[in-house]
Amino acid sequence: MRTKYRVSKGLNLRLSGAAPLDPSDIATESRCSSCAITPDDFPGFEPKAAVKEGDLVGAGAPLLFHKADPEVKLTAPCGGRVSAVVRGERRKIVRVVVEPAEGTEAVTFATPDKDASAEEIASLMKTSGLWAMMRRRPFDTIPLAGDEPRDIFVNAMDTAPLATDPTAAGGFDKRQLETAVAALRKLTKGNVYICVAEGANFVDVAGARMCEFTRLHPAGLVGTQIDAIAPINKGETVWTLNLDTLVRLGRLLVTGKLDNKVVCTVCGPALKTPRVVRAFIGEDVRDLLAAEKEIPANVRIISGNVLTGVQVGEDGYLRYPYTQLTVIAESNDDAEFMGWASMSPSKLSVSSAFPSSYNKREFRPDARLNGGRRAMIMSEVYDKLIPIDIMPEFLIKAILARDIDRMEALGIYEVAPEDFALAEFADPSKLELQRIVREGLDFMRKETQG
Amino acid sequence: MQSLRNYLDRIKPNFQKGGRFEHLESVFDGFETFLYTPRTAAARIGAQIHDALDSKRIMIIVVLALMPCLLFGMYNTGYQNALAAGVQPDAIAFWPTFLYGLLAVLPRIIVAYAVGLGIEFAVAQMRHEEIQEGFLVTGILIPLICPIETPLWMLAVATAFSVIFVKEVFGGTGYNVFNVALVTRAFLFFAYPAQMSGDKVFVASQKIFGLGYDLPNGFTGATPLGQIATFAGDKLEVLNLQDRAISTWDAFLGLIPGSMGETSTLCVLIGAVLLLATGIASWRIIVSVVAGGLVMGAIAHALPTATYPASFLTPLDQLLYGGFAFAAVFMATDPVTAARTGTGKYVYGFIVGAVAILIRVYNNGYPEGAMLAVLLGNALAPLIDWCVVQANVSRRMARMKKRVNP
Repeated sequence: MRTKYRVSKGLNLRLSGAAPLDPSDIATESRCSSCAITPDDFPGFEPKAAVKEGDLVGAGAPLLFHKADPEVKLTAPCGGRVSAVVRGERRKIVRVVVEPAEGTEAVTFATPDKDASAEEIASLMKTSGLWAMMRRRPFDTIPLAGDEPRDIFVNAMDTAPLATDPTAAGGFDKRQLETAVAALRKLTKGNVYICVAEGANFVDVAGARMCEFTRLHPAGLVGTQIDAIAPINKGETVWTLNLDTLVRLGRLLVTGKLDNKVVCTVCGPALKTPRVVRAFIGEDVRDLLAAEKEIPANVRIISGNVLTGVQVGEDGYLRYPYTQLTVIAESNDDAEFMGWASMSPSKLSVSSAFPSSYNKREFRPDARLNGGRRAMIMSEVYDKLIPIDIMPEFLIKAILARDIDRMEALGIYEVAPEDFALAEFADPSKLELQRIVREGLDFMRKETQG
Repeated sequence: MQSLRNYLDRIKPNFQKGGRFEHLESVFDGFETFLYTPRTAAARIGAQIHDALDSKRIMIIVVLALMPCLLFGMYNTGYQNALAAGVQPDAIAFWPTFLYGLLAVLPRIIVAYAVGLGIEFAVAQMRHEEIQEGFLVTGILIPLICPIETPLWMLAVATAFSVIFVKEVFGGTGYNVFNVALVTRAFLFFAYPAQMSGDKVFVASQKIFGLGYDLPNGFTGATPLGQIATFAGDKLEVLNLQDRAISTWDAFLGLIPGSMGETSTLCVLIGAVLLLATGIASWRIIVSVVAGGLVMGAIAHALPTATYPASFLTPLDQLLYGGFAFAAVFMATDPVTAARTGTGKYVYGFIVGAVAILIRVYNNGYPEGAMLAVLLGNALAPLIDWCVVQANVSRRMARMKKRVNP
């Protein structure tokens, strides 16, 4: 039984370069020339190195541990030799790179039995790296040790541009999923919700409340789902995880082995052969683009989607939590004469000030801002694209003013940067909303958690 | 076009830090980004693509929407001058009349842009910022809402005052509390009351380059609202410059005396269609301003009294005369100074519309209330928004309390 939710605010961008889902592509193991873990992808995680360059590690062995709670680990996606511990400013660890090598064995974790306590499950999740793959709200960080989550939300859908639905590849083991949900239920006094897209081919998992959402972006963002199901109030904490993490938890509990694979969508208007491939967590971008004969010059390779993502470059790595690699042109036209006056139907715009709404073809946007940064001029742009019951524009202003009381009142505890991604795309003033929200969350976290 | 692009790339270093013209960096950047879409790319983290809409296009669309009013206003300037000189309407030729109006209006546009953009350029350079486009619209609004006989030096002083004290001291485009063009008009109205109100300023009175007609010294030509405010008697009749009655149709077309851009409701409507079709203006505001005007107009008309002669006007006439329609479409909808919440826009618009008619009818000292009503609306907009936002805050607070003590 699924509870149905309709999200009416939002927008599905129609972009070219969608990747077809081919079962034989997913069945093929990836080349895996190297994998990297980037601690910045796990907000709130303060990295300390557990390995040195040259160490041999098995898949699932810890690479980094969390300074505030050393039991929380980030683990190796593949077995091999630690080829680099890259450090940045003030020796902060930027990433740890592992190259596959002979002579390593995947770690087998001791699996607690059915009657395991919440502590035992939390401990297993921490040491296996699954803990850091969850997020908590408020503040959109990894869960804290003392958290008592009101509910846990599992997001089993993705409505971002060109994304593949996480349930589409199929092949889920119902018993493992149920084991995972039973374990999660020990960590919360409330419910475990699983949110799937309308019509998704996915089993009803016993123990979890199944929720179904329309496929209008941002219905696939967990922030939208939480707001529709049971919004977060001040003083409450919820945990969120994606379907991959639930599947990994299930397999870990049943087999003791960590599943380090993802189904990665390699897509975008700048690619000739977009595909959905099997890859390791944090795999080298060159492996993912192996099918592409030639990567055109002046492209932007994004780990993530065009709305929320990180520009990684050809020598980068697939970043957590993204299971998508999007390639777009850096600029379609370097000398575009009076672009603001253009009547071209291929210009992508939310507003009716461009004739794009009459264009039924797919768009090929580039990475340009298409204008200069300005103060907020137009009103209600954000409201139309953010279904969460907040006043986005006023929250952004409160964040910019670092007004703690106002941020609280306007709902900063309910949001994560990704909830503002669509509005950031549409904003004619070109404000970096996701960065502003992230800085606001970090500021509030320091103020309230000390 | 590539050669121009190459030329700009070649001279650009001169305008950057350390270059010969580094004090003109903002100006160069302004022209460069106007001619060519900036190459600035999205940040490394965050949204990687951006909507094609930017503030340049927004402002230019508003300027385009003002074009029918401007062109008609030019013609009407010549037309009123000819009427005042006693030429029969049938004998007024189109082109000389239009040309006369063009020559009468052009200096005003040039003065407004020169003063306003000059200040914007200087301030942008002082702050090392990009030039913002807000004044593109303001610069054309100012000549449209000021009487044609306003001395140019007054126009310059008023424009400078507004741009500096209403906009730049608050931080520039996007931060102002009051509509810059309207404050210019209000400044003229209150600083030079002897010259700026009454019957002398609304009709162009001198020949320009041999075109048009010299009107006799001391000529007066009252606008319809001016006549109504000073009307005594009980059968209201509004007359044009040749003492013929002005019909509702004349008022709709706009061949009547008044501030240049405001007389033609038809041209305002054409602009409104463009602004609404492109989504630049808020339909909520326009609809609620008109609703507010109709309601207040109906109330006034239901209780007609000779003490307040404007109460003889039907609600429809109230919308057609004076600057009401222009204010509803172009002034009240300024997104920066209007209410910014959806619900707030209804309240804001209704207040603007109702107060415009309220001032017009019940304050004979101010024959036109639209300007003051919008400025009052601007002052109230943050309060209205605060109430709407607070409703959202309280709703979420109630949700929290319900969860804590179910």
